[in-house]
Amino acid sequence: MARITTALATAAVVSVSAVSCGGPDDDPVLVLAAASLTDAFATMETEFEAANPDLDIEVSFGGSSALQVQVEEGAPADVVAFADASPMAALVDDDLVDDPTVFATNALVLVTPADNPGGVTSLDDLTNPDLLVGVCAPQVPCGRYAAELLDRAEVDASLDTQEPDVRSLAAKIAAGELDAGLVYATDVDAFPDELELIPLPDGIAVRAEYPIAAVSESSRPDDAERFLDFVLSAEGRQILADAGFGER
Amino acid sequence: MSPTRRPPWILAVLATIGAALFVLPLIGLLGVTPWSDLTSLLTDDVVTDALRLSLVTSIAAAILATVLGVPLAWVLSRIDFRGRSLLRAIVTLPMVLPPVVGGAALLFALGRRGVVGEPLADATGLVLPFSTWGVIIANTFVAMPFLVITVEGAMSSLDGRHEQAAASLGASPLTVFRRVTLPMIGPSLRAGIVLAWARALGEFGATITFAGNLQGRTQTLPLAVFVSLDSNRDAAIAISLMMVVISVAVLVVLGGRWWGRTA
Repeated sequence: MARITTALATAAVVSVSAVSCGGPDDDPVLVLAAASLTDAFATMETEFEAANPDLDIEVSFGGSSALQVQVEEGAPADVVAFADASPMAALVDDDLVDDPTVFATNALVLVTPADNPGGVTSLDDLTNPDLLVGVCAPQVPCGRYAAELLDRAEVDASLDTQEPDVRSLAAKIAAGELDAGLVYATDVDAFPDELELIPLPDGIAVRAEYPIAAVSESSRPDDAERFLDFVLSAEGRQILADAGFGER
Repeated sequence: MSPTRRPPWILAVLATIGAALFVLPLIGLLGVTPWSDLTSLLTDDVVTDALRLSLVTSIAAAILATVLGVPLAWVLSRIDFRGRSLLRAIVTLPMVLPPVVGGAALLFALGRRGVVGEPLADATGLVLPFSTWGVIIANTFVAMPFLVITVEGAMSSLDGRHEQAAASLGASPLTVFRRVTLPMIGPSLRAGIVLAWARALGEFGATITFAGNLQGRTQTLPLAVFVSLDSNRDAAIAISLMMVVISVAVLVVLGGRWWGRTA
């Protein structure tokens, strides 16, 4: 329960939190990462700092499109990692980041609270107006993927909320406040005891590709590069796999 | 003492900086406003739905805050009981608490699995989160302290002799409250209602945490701004401008009529 409380609070806070001001070298290397990377990149930060005691990493999580805006508005970020190609493509177009690399994949899945109070068995149950159903807002990647998946399955879902980021959605399902929702496979790994996975039929799965890149304006491109290399290393990939991400 | 014409320079400088803090963001907003597309942006159904919902829920919350908050303020100012200071602190807590925390707390109390929410849902089938009622409750939660504080302050500083005189002439406590206390705190009550309404209109954190975000049902103007800011900046700016206009209009109209002469 306490965990869900924290997750709910952080998910909401994170999505509106601003980025602190930057300065010279003593400041941490600032990584802006998609909300769905919360657990993986928290571990990534710990492991990277253990391997590189001279460097301090700070990860700020948020919806990918919110982070995109932060970079566009000049946030002093050094590395960005998104849950979707389009915010990265926008930054590439504006010459704000250097060549992005896909470093992980994720799948959108149908989940219910652990005891499945709504008796959900398939995507078709999402059309039931008596059930409380949530997806992400169409402005964030997981919301776009959800729309794509529902469209492909030809399901006209009766939605009750469109959450601004995937972690607040997952937390509300885990808390039993929603009967079902579409979140990432990695969220099931984050709430193993609170979420139940409902298998989807073959052929409608939506695969999310996660790009990472160094910010062109970074005041410390070498340190940014070291963190990037770590994420792409065997150790980094293991951390991602442990968090439930797929191979790139 | 007559008003000074030339303020000390240090006060003038600090006051100018202080004023700039409020004026500059407005100029910034006006500077990026896409004036030529404004009409089409503001007539989008996302905006009209959010506007309607914001007006309905903020007015409902102001009414609810008044109906519940005035008696609460009266109890806090007139009845001496153990734990009064604690109750007063708890009532004003939402003014200090981050609204997101308030929203999460509401969810754990009134949510479907909540302490009160679960028996409520079992008995009546009423589920508050993700509903328009959820928005109204979240709004009331953050807005009511403004009314309670304003009204309680007015009641406490009231000259007790009028109430005592009415009571000694045989008026019942309820009559005294209705015919003496309420009329005497009129200006403060109106100010409290306006403050509570304004706070409800701008509410974001508790709403999105407790009531979620769905167009036409729980997506108020601040939520529409927040989700649009990332993907459709022009729309977000247009909605923000509309909120500024509504707020300024209301404050100017009510300020002139209610606060100016009674202060």
